[in-house]
Amino acid sequence: MKWLLSRNNKPIDINDIPVMDIEKLREQALSKCTNNKRVTGFFGIKEKACVKLYIVLADDENSNLLIASAIFKKEKSYQSFTKDNISFHIFEREFFENFGIMPIEHPWLKPVRYSFNRFNKSDKLEKYPFFQSDNKEIHEVGVGPVHAGIIEPGHFRFLCHGETILNMEIQLGYQHRGVEKLFLADNENINNKIYLAESIAGDTVIGHATAFVNAVEALKGIEIKKEAFLIRSIALEIERAAIHIGDLSALANDIAYLTANAAYQAIRTNLINTLLTICGSRFGRGLIRVGGSNFGITKELIHEIKQKLDKIQKDVELTSEEFFSSPSVLARLENTGIVKFEDAKTIGMVGPAARASGLSVDIRADHPSGIYTKFAFHKITLKTMDAFARAYIRYIEIIQSLRIIRDNLDELTQSAVMVKPYAPVKKNSLVVSMIEGWRGEIVHVAVTDNKKRMTHYKIKDPSFNNWTGLELAVKNNEISDFPLCNKSFNLSYCGFDL
Amino acid sequence: MEIFINLIIIIIMPFLFIGMINRTKALWAGKRGVPLFQFLYDFIKLLKKGQVISNTTSFVFQMMSVIYLASVIFACSLIPMVNHRAFFSFPGDFILFAYILGLGKFFTVISAMDTGSSFEGMGANREATFSIFVEPVFFVIISSFALITRNITFISIFTSLDNHGWIIMLIKFLTAAAFFEMILVEGSRVPVDDPNTHLELTMIHEVMILDNSGPDLAFIQYGTGLKMTAFSILIANILIPKNINILYSILSITGILLVIAVMIGLTESLIARYKLSRVPQFLFFMSSLSLIIFSLILFFIKGISL
Repeated sequence: MKWLLSRNNKPIDINDIPVMDIEKLREQALSKCTNNKRVTGFFGIKEKACVKLYIVLADDENSNLLIASAIFKKEKSYQSFTKDNISFHIFEREFFENFGIMPIEHPWLKPVRYSFNRFNKSDKLEKYPFFQSDNKEIHEVGVGPVHAGIIEPGHFRFLCHGETILNMEIQLGYQHRGVEKLFLADNENINNKIYLAESIAGDTVIGHATAFVNAVEALKGIEIKKEAFLIRSIALEIERAAIHIGDLSALANDIAYLTANAAYQAIRTNLINTLLTICGSRFGRGLIRVGGSNFGITKELIHEIKQKLDKIQKDVELTSEEFFSSPSVLARLENTGIVKFEDAKTIGMVGPAARASGLSVDIRADHPSGIYTKFAFHKITLKTMDAFARAYIRYIEIIQSLRIIRDNLDELTQSAVMVKPYAPVKKNSLVVSMIEGWRGEIVHVAVTDNKKRMTHYKIKDPSFNNWTGLELAVKNNEISDFPLCNKSFNLSYCGFDL
Repeated sequence: MEIFINLIIIIIMPFLFIGMINRTKALWAGKRGVPLFQFLYDFIKLLKKGQVISNTTSFVFQMMSVIYLASVIFACSLIPMVNHRAFFSFPGDFILFAYILGLGKFFTVISAMDTGSSFEGMGANREATFSIFVEPVFFVIISSFALITRNITFISIFTSLDNHGWIIMLIKFLTAAAFFEMILVEGSRVPVDDPNTHLELTMIHEVMILDNSGPDLAFIQYGTGLKMTAFSILIANILIPKNINILYSILSITGILLVIAVMIGLTESLIARYKLSRVPQFLFFMSSLSLIIFSLILFFIKGISL
């Protein structure tokens, strides 16, 4: 049976999605994955007594999405995908945690986030089965969930030989709020769920909000104005550049390089405050709404922002020139926390962290939506695969984002930015909405039933793919370099825990 | 009278010294910075606080801060001020100076192990490892001086270092460089350690005192400041000419201390911290300086026989 061909933000009838035998689905999915497709969605939906498993594969070359499904009636297990393709590992773990359907021979079948609706309620956070060693030469270090800095809770367990990390295991789930379920609760006005979407991860407000409104607008069949697309893109790129600058500042702080730490911090405030002048919130809350944008940008403001951007670009270039040429900085960043290209590809990393390892994935180019369909977007990759690459790619992306913001501002006219968002959603539909947040690929999947209600909402934050990358990066590094590696990824805890 | 002035100056100086380092860093970062005497305010605040003592610790943990501070103060009482005698002065006092500091360090290390925390164990391990490199440097340099001057007390070594021409000037300069690095190591400053970090996995000195709070913490922080001041005054002693009166010597010591504080502040602003495994290379630089000083003395100073 042929897989259903779809595109980013294209609503499809749920009955058109082929239903296969799980063995056949597995075989076809794996063969497609060896052929340059990658998994972006792997989730189950409970339907009466059975569980329906959906698989979404992304075909980056042709900007297509391939969707197929399988039904589990009484079967309580299946041959795991992971044993042949590791990029499925975290998806299968999540599927197992929620439905108790066992992937046979999964090599690392551990809890993901202890979600409220997990299958086995007796599985508790404090009973996490850590990887251990009996060797007396090896010592264990546990860090967190309460950390010294102002960061989110997560537990890291190290197995070290002296100062060298042999293995690190990450245990998350402390921030689980049941976000996916909250999207379905009180389903009267789906547009109001934007407040929830903005709160999925506090540092990716624009990213998640845009993914959400794209999905809802697709389901409702709303055509929004070009101006709204432009403003969404401006906000997305401001968010990307601002957070990247903040990350560089944090990296400088971690290696105790005061000059760049202070300079980047000041620039980041400058940039993120442009969002404040547009919509009244530094993080862009309240800007993006179903049907367009809550705020337009006046001519005077465009002028003001452009001047500000020029100054910011000059400052960023000056600071980065200094930062990336300082020998003591390079000594810390270079050859630290390497994630090899093959490994990044195998585990299915996304976003800047993947691009720093040479993996050419960027939703803005691969599956463009909104204004990104209107121009050719250049994907950036680096080759050194270390913490330096992950820092330097941020610098390049900042400059790239600033240019996109400027181009978009040039095209912006003063016409209305909002259309009426009150159409009902299509029935029996499924839409996959992908967007490149600053951390990487954000995927939202919305499913509706025949009564035009949303029955399932699935979120995949880029952190879901990338935490495993951090585990690989720190292997055989010094334990004192862990904070640096961690910061070079800067992954989200709440985006993962949901 | 003079010897009391000497001790009092050493004891109040850390507050100014640390304040000056922080002010330099703040100004460099374009900030206004905390008040110059913030370290003093923090010290007083901490003294007023209660403290939490972990159930897993023994008496070693509770003794540590007192022994540490006492050892540093005792070591300070051995340091002369230019041409004015130290509180205690006797042949071989510099040996006591090194080992009384070593005693304090020993107690910080075992107290860190006493808490049973995996972080503090790592910190203790790192501190002990890096200290190994400091001790020989100090002895090679001071005994080289003892060799030229034929004296074995601090005060007589320093006073008879004058009037030996350019080669002694060079040696003085190299010694100041080596001692400056020693301040960075002993004071746990960038690029060896980062006093401001919150990352328990990367710390050295700070991680060892994670469990200390209140007056204990005040004592330890002040002790570390005092230690840095002590080494700075050693540098001042080496550099300042000895034929000046007490007022000038106080002024010149304060001046040199402030210059050193600014230099530390600039170092911390301009250099990122080294990778932990590279720190020994940095320490070897200090060791090579001491060996250069020793060989300069052997080859260029006339009338030296071993």
